[in-house]
Amino acid sequence: MTVTEATLPRRLISTPVAGPLAALLLACLFFGLNTGQFFTGPNFSLIIQQVMVVGTLAIGQTLIILTAGIDLANGAIMAFGGIVMTKLAVDSGLPALLAIAAGLAVCAGFGLVNGLLVTRISLPPFIVTLGMLNVVFALTHIYSAEQTVTNLPAPLTFLGQTFRLGQTNVTYGSLLTILLFLLFAYLLGSTAWGRHVYALGNSPEVARLTGIRTRRLTVGVYTLAGFVYGIAALLLVSRTGVGDPQAGQTDNLDSITAVVLGGTSLFGGRGMVLGTLVGALIVGVFRNGLQLMGVPSIYQTLITGILVILAVAVDQLSRRRNR
Amino acid sequence: MKTKLTAGLLTTTLIVLGVAACGGNGGGGQGASAKPKVGLITKTETNPFFVKMKEGAEQAAEANGLELMSAAGKFDGDNASQITAIENMVAAGVKGLLITPSDTKAIVPAIKKARDAGVLVIALDTPTEPQDATDALFATDNFKAGELIGQYAKAAMAGKPAKIATLDLAPGITVGQLRHDGFLKGFGIQSGDPAVVCSQDTRGDQAKGQTAMENCLQKAPGINLVYTINEPAALGAYTALKAKGREKDVLIVSVDGGCTGTKAVQAGQIAATSQQYPLKMAEDGVKAVATFAQSGQKASGYTDTGVTLITDKAVTGVEAKDTAFGLANCWG
Repeated sequence: MTVTEATLPRRLISTPVAGPLAALLLACLFFGLNTGQFFTGPNFSLIIQQVMVVGTLAIGQTLIILTAGIDLANGAIMAFGGIVMTKLAVDSGLPALLAIAAGLAVCAGFGLVNGLLVTRISLPPFIVTLGMLNVVFALTHIYSAEQTVTNLPAPLTFLGQTFRLGQTNVTYGSLLTILLFLLFAYLLGSTAWGRHVYALGNSPEVARLTGIRTRRLTVGVYTLAGFVYGIAALLLVSRTGVGDPQAGQTDNLDSITAVVLGGTSLFGGRGMVLGTLVGALIVGVFRNGLQLMGVPSIYQTLITGILVILAVAVDQLSRRRNR
Repeated sequence: MKTKLTAGLLTTTLIVLGVAACGGNGGGGQGASAKPKVGLITKTETNPFFVKMKEGAEQAAEANGLELMSAAGKFDGDNASQITAIENMVAAGVKGLLITPSDTKAIVPAIKKARDAGVLVIALDTPTEPQDATDALFATDNFKAGELIGQYAKAAMAGKPAKIATLDLAPGITVGQLRHDGFLKGFGIQSGDPAVVCSQDTRGDQAKGQTAMENCLQKAPGINLVYTINEPAALGAYTALKAKGREKDVLIVSVDGGCTGTKAVQAGQIAATSQQYPLKMAEDGVKAVATFAQSGQKASGYTDTGVTLITDKAVTGVEAKDTAFGLANCWG
């Protein structure tokens, strides 16, 4: 027991977030030097808008990966949540706030089911969420009848509205995303619950022996992640202004990319949610900067791929040194 | 120590990548900024149809003194990536945007924002819903493309009772619906006619087309006419028919006019196809943006970029060109 407690703070400190942050700043510097339009308030506001959906999904993904799990279904769950919110509000005439609440509840519900399957039947998270990916994808298309939902009531698009910060228009959604990251940074870094999540990811057995109710904790993490995907769904709906059954099809891997780029270990127990924010921003900055420079988007995919491998290589090297 | 190593590694790589990215683009970011910019956003980066479209846009941009920026979704239906591309291109100061919308309704709010910012937006290949969400549309008349192969099939069957399989795109996608309806009209039947014995979605994919045809043959072994949404689906159907030894006595008609598909027409695997012209769509689109950049005059309305029936077994009463013409004008 004392062993775990002694090593935990050290592990937290030794998390490689400095690397990703340096990468982000360098990328910004590079694009700033190469295109005149990059270093402007409106452009940064744009980049944050463009990463807020995947970034928020990646918060849930970070929680799950910290427990040494993985979630392949998050993008699909978000898409379903978005369709539930918009269809209930537009087609079924439910008050918008109730429709949003229903969407959030449905997403949390899928998280709960994932968590129960992982803990009660001891299925690997990869398998559970792979299956759930297909189930939820199909449900989205069945429920929506492949139709995009338009003419949304105001509360559903509120987060896409902007307020002025100096000379820059910032969306409420961007603000919410940043606040969510700060909230989870606090929860993971400064509460007993957060320490338990890290302990679980480091060694479920040791965590159990220290008196942590690991099953309940795991179910809680998956459910909370599901709820966060629901928030991502609302952000998506407000950003695009529609309920889109085709949404989020690559967001599962994109969110894992953000987590990995942010220095969180896929083996669990090591990483920081603020690193994930940095990871999501790295992807967004490259996409925006390369586009401003006139580089075709396929190069962005190429560079993201190389960065992911590099980030994991760095993680592996640092683990080897830790031993 | 470790942090330094991490930062150092990432730094080095970033600089290398950054330089590589610039080099690969011939330094597109610098120096060229005096030229007006035009953006091309396609559904995907890999489909030969869009590759040809990009080629046409590049040539036309060069010829008209414009700088071309391009982007694409990661998969067909990827609305989020197209929105992001629109925003980034507007931020980069494009004069005009050419877009093949992946989701015809969902893209509309983002297009509105771009137009509000003074950008000319032209839809290529696929109309938005509503169509007037863009300034103009340059596209194939997909209904006519279907009608042509319907008329051809009617004449080629020469009065033989038809048992038709339709290998369609996917529910709710306008292009697929228009081609399907056009085919039925050209063949002279209504939706729900008993001659159509099997209808399956293929998403325009060869493997899914094969599976769909296999299932249709299980359901109705007597099928003698196959309508396909595009040539990959047609080739999938051909493979399934060949496995059953039926490839000689079943007529396959299709739409697209890609080079692979046109070769299949030449080889007799597909009887006839309606060829469309993505290069022309992009060319016309870029020219319209050039005009707008010079004179402020905006293109508007719908421009039909043409469709031609390609077959080596022409039938009387339906105008067609042979595969020599088709191969000279094919894409991909």
